[in-house]
Amino acid sequence: MVSPNTPETPGGVAAPSAPPRAIHDVVIRLAGNSQDGIQSVGGFLARLAGRSDQDVMTYMTIPSTISGGPSIFQVRMGTGDILSSGDRADMLVAFYQHSYDAHIGSLRPGGVLLYDSDHVKPVEGDNRFTQVAVPITSGTVEAVGGAGKDKGKNIYILGLLARVFDLDVAKLAALIKERFGGKNEDVVRNAMLAFDAGHAWPQNNLRDLFYRFEAIDLATQTSGRPQVTMDGNQALAYGLLAAGVRHGAGYPITPWSSIMETLRTELPKYGGLFVQCEDEIAAISTAIGFSYTGHLAITGSSGPGLSLKMEALGWATMAEMPLIVVNVQRGGPSTGMPTNVEQSDLMQAIYGSHGDTPRVVLSPKNVEDCFYIALEACRIARTYSTPVLILTDMALASRIEAFDEPDFPKLMVDPKADLSDRGADFKPYPLDAITRHAPPGSKIGSGKYPTVTGLEHDELGHPTGSSKLHTQMTAKRRDKIKHLGASLPSPELSGDSAGEVLLVTWGSTWGPGLEALKRINSAGVKAGHLHLRHLHPLPNGLEATFQRYPKIVVAEINDEGLYGYGQLAMLLRARYANPAIVSVCKTDGLTFKVSEIVAGVAQHIASAELDASLGIARPSALAKS
Amino acid sequence: MSTALATPPPPAPAGAPLTKKILTADHPTWCPGCGDFAVLASFYRVLEKLQYPHEKIVTFAGIGCSSRFPYFVNTHGGHYIHGRALPFAAGISLGNEDLHVFVFGGDGDGFSIGGNHLVHTARKNVNLTYVIMDNSVYGLTKKQTSPTSPIGFKTKTDPTGAIDQPINPMRTLLNTGATFVARSHATQVNHMVEMMTRAAKHPGFSVVEILSECVEFYAGAFDSSIPRKGGTWSLIQEKKNDGTPEDADRHDVTDEVAAFKLAGQAWPGSFGVFYESNARKTKNVLEAELVTKARERTKNASDLQLLQSTFSKMR
Repeated sequence: MVSPNTPETPGGVAAPSAPPRAIHDVVIRLAGNSQDGIQSVGGFLARLAGRSDQDVMTYMTIPSTISGGPSIFQVRMGTGDILSSGDRADMLVAFYQHSYDAHIGSLRPGGVLLYDSDHVKPVEGDNRFTQVAVPITSGTVEAVGGAGKDKGKNIYILGLLARVFDLDVAKLAALIKERFGGKNEDVVRNAMLAFDAGHAWPQNNLRDLFYRFEAIDLATQTSGRPQVTMDGNQALAYGLLAAGVRHGAGYPITPWSSIMETLRTELPKYGGLFVQCEDEIAAISTAIGFSYTGHLAITGSSGPGLSLKMEALGWATMAEMPLIVVNVQRGGPSTGMPTNVEQSDLMQAIYGSHGDTPRVVLSPKNVEDCFYIALEACRIARTYSTPVLILTDMALASRIEAFDEPDFPKLMVDPKADLSDRGADFKPYPLDAITRHAPPGSKIGSGKYPTVTGLEHDELGHPTGSSKLHTQMTAKRRDKIKHLGASLPSPELSGDSAGEVLLVTWGSTWGPGLEALKRINSAGVKAGHLHLRHLHPLPNGLEATFQRYPKIVVAEINDEGLYGYGQLAMLLRARYANPAIVSVCKTDGLTFKVSEIVAGVAQHIASAELDASLGIARPSALAKS
Repeated sequence: MSTALATPPPPAPAGAPLTKKILTADHPTWCPGCGDFAVLASFYRVLEKLQYPHEKIVTFAGIGCSSRFPYFVNTHGGHYIHGRALPFAAGISLGNEDLHVFVFGGDGDGFSIGGNHLVHTARKNVNLTYVIMDNSVYGLTKKQTSPTSPIGFKTKTDPTGAIDQPINPMRTLLNTGATFVARSHATQVNHMVEMMTRAAKHPGFSVVEILSECVEFYAGAFDSSIPRKGGTWSLIQEKKNDGTPEDADRHDVTDEVAAFKLAGQAWPGSFGVFYESNARKTKNVLEAELVTKARERTKNASDLQLLQSTFSKMR
């Protein structure tokens, strides 16, 4: 990259910089205001990592206010698998005093504080950290010129980080050009001026603090497929497209909205459409209407909107209509914490609505899985003619991860509706087979056209008050979901296949759970980690797995409730009647830190080794003080 | 989706013609004397006249006495939840534009629990026909006040007489932006057939309100518009544009202001087409245009090519 400006060197002489130190991974937290574009810095780093050999996971919080207000973006990048966004930061970039005040506590001892010397006055003589004053605002203004606007601070910092961590500048420059290329040339030029200024600053101002990521073992790591970088909502939307979904309907609510925005934009290219409806109920109704015409459709929402959809969901179960319902969980109840994380809609997803409404609930474990779970949900909905709920969450929705590009030619599903003629023996609700609806437009051989209905019905769809039929039809609707459960693969079990404790997670808690297992194992405790993607029906065979551990700890981001158990723990205790199942819950609106899970497990097992690894001493109550 | 206009195709020549016998399904569960029987009989005649391909007719409904309708018509159809039949039917219409979608319901379904859906399905001009069988009372739940019950009408929820201002259905429907609005009466079979036929042929959201007496819980509700019971049957005279002096006083169905004036007449008001306009495109057409434009921009790339190129930009 040729820089149009040469940075001035303070004092005239460039200080010799130390050679870079090799590191495995780093957690960088950027703290500023939501209009500063710190999310886009995170996005650039994530995409750079996707184009390199590093893996990446990001963490983002945004205020629910429309503009302004504090915002942070945390990115963890490194060599090999990155499972969680990192408990604490190795580097904090503080744009404002409030950023410093609120986030200095998240910096690890020995970490690096980069602060904007134009705005922040850190505590003097704080020896816990390496404090580096960077003229972020004035440096940007000077580089970009113009009327003293500080727009571009984010790109200045990006340039600085690129120098500190020895990132691929050519690739970053290409990403900046791609990102801003659609705008006028001034925008790209100003961005590059800010980037260059930031990139040049460390050379003359930092004596050391230069790092390089460890080289990756290419033989074990690369799949040969290119990496793509996106957030969970995007991955889910594109998974639905690959799965042949061409119709949908929704109503805006955070953090679901970006799925409907993506689909509204993308679907017309594929000959489909997405309808923005007047409310949540209309949205699910329109989606079921699409499914009725033979086009498996998607609707979705977040917790409160899912509640509004419940009556219609009951109809879809009763009428046996295939449907995909996405619920991007957030902090509840009510408006709650709309931009925070929680896994508190599990019971609603499984048991919400009225009457006996057995349905399918799946939950993706990471961003990549959002793509594949969409495919699986569609396959199940079509095979079993049933609504399928995908329970994702705010963390997955807004997190950017890099993953292998899917093998599309193998995955694409034909979206065509089956309007073929049906035979004279066609029945919409056969008792001895799974329902296969005949969409309108298909001829019925008998000349007797079917009615899809929410009234209890006989095999032909006629309303009935028969006790016997209600019992039989209830069993029919239940048994097909049981049949699905029996066909599910065994869930992912990591670590020791028997031991002192089994850690169980679901949804986005997969990564921190797996990382917690590694810490527990390395403390010398025999332990396993079981992750559930299929929450209803549960896969067969879990009893046997559970029996190999005297303690089963379920970690989930929801409240322990009146009886001391989180929602999945409650369900597992009810299902397996196993008193060894206990909970680690939390309701701070944030994803699990690995240390929180490890500490939670330590609370439940008597392991001196684990306690020691956590630095916990448990004196006897009788101990002399 | 193709880009064809959302107008009904000509009657299909193939197969046996649709007759009342073919179209009859379950025997209605309505009370003897219910006005809805006449609406059903009229609907069979409408389908006999239109001769759409049998498999392309959809009869749909929400909840209420009148919403039992789909069980009595032998076509593809469905019985959905209370008040939400319109958004479901919008999904049917937009999901397959070859279909002829008819939605039946009552005043509670349409103006109360489903009021919001009525407004939005109408403003979007989704291509379907909605028949509201208005009996001014909740019949299925045995006599509670409905949104069209007149002030003073005694029900189980208003034992001393209704006190809330009722909805004016015609004004409400005109306000929604519906592109075809008509009113009829269950004692006037030929008129119902004419109104429903015109509604079916109308490209876009067409709605017909039919006063249909509940003999069990609101007998005599609509006597004031039944001549043999001493009432007045006031038919809207539509403009013929024939240049005659009397034509000047006739109703211009494309004139919204004139339609609102008719809607403001004292009870029992007039019957016929209040408003009809083809000026606005249907949502079906607008969505198809979006598809056409998007396909042009992407040069008709295959689904696989589209996804691959999107992902290659995310590398």
